Amino acid sequence: MLKVAVVRFPGSNCDMDSWRAAELVGANAYFVWHRDTSLQAADVVILPGGFSYGDYLRSGAIARFSPIMQAVQRHAADGGPVLGICNGFQILCEAHLLPGALMRNAGLTFVSKPVDVTVERTETVFTCAYGAGARLRLPVAHGDGRFVATDDTLRMLEAEGRVVLRYVPASEASPLQPNPNGSANHIAGISNAAGTVVGIMPHPERVAESLLGAPDGLGFFTSLAAWRPRASTLNVPSR
Amino acid sequence: MSYRVHVRVMPRESLLDPQGQAVEHALTALGFGEAAGVRVGRAIELEVAAPSRAEAEARVRQMCDKLLANPVTEDYRLQVEDA
Repeated sequence: MLKVAVVRFPGSNCDMDSWRAAELVGANAYFVWHRDTSLQAADVVILPGGFSYGDYLRSGAIARFSPIMQAVQRHAADGGPVLGICNGFQILCEAHLLPGALMRNAGLTFVSKPVDVTVERTETVFTCAYGAGARLRLPVAHGDGRFVATDDTLRMLEAEGRVVLRYVPASEASPLQPNPNGSANHIAGISNAAGTVVGIMPHPERVAESLLGAPDGLGFFTSLAAWRPRASTLNVPSR
Repeated sequence: MSYRVHVRVMPRESLLDPQGQAVEHALTALGFGEAAGVRVGRAIELEVAAPSRAEAEARVRQMCDKLLANPVTEDYRLQVEDA
């Protein structure tokens, strides 16, 4: 059975939702504490949302140095999948597992509401169950969600097709306010080159079952449930 | 020797600083229309034991590069004085 480790930092608050979503798709999900040094042979790691270490200094800056993050770094370096959601995305950037950084929302307010995004990259461990260009309505809840990177990095992410989710501009089909935080290129999520490490600001784990509305987020978890460790470097359909 | 180090971390010039903009608007609203180019950063002070001032500065630069500042979004400046 696929083993999914959900890392708990002091201040994590989406850990139960992430655990639940992983269990829904038949994985064996369990928690690891930030002071642990082992992921207990996890196949997939989730860094959940929340406010690790109170967001002191910068969001994710201190969590990055937790003992467990050394194990996460090794896991990622070995090609192991890692999904960072919201604060987890911020931690992945601070840990240099993903490029760029997440800064204070351009509007300065904490934004908690549904947004429309498109799935731009389906060749990742966490989005392979979606159709290319699929439009999802997912909740966001963050104060520091404005993705920034150098022009070179942005060009590289676009050229290599590493933008995973993008906020949809407002239109008749999507009346929600676009780009809730001023992110560069309307970026809501990115991946590493291999598609094994993914960071996203929206919360798919909060909409992973129909009890909570349209389960647009479930695909992230059915995607990861299809992951077969060591089968290949990347067990997802090619473009 | 012990040194007191003042670290000033500022958002990089080229990046939007919404906090600075908001503070500038508030200053204008308060009648301080002459205020311009407001930017908000962070100040950190620490004491460092080191054999020399240069050594103290070098160590704090490492601290900045690893933790105190984000090299993607922030620049920092140091000021070292005898503790």
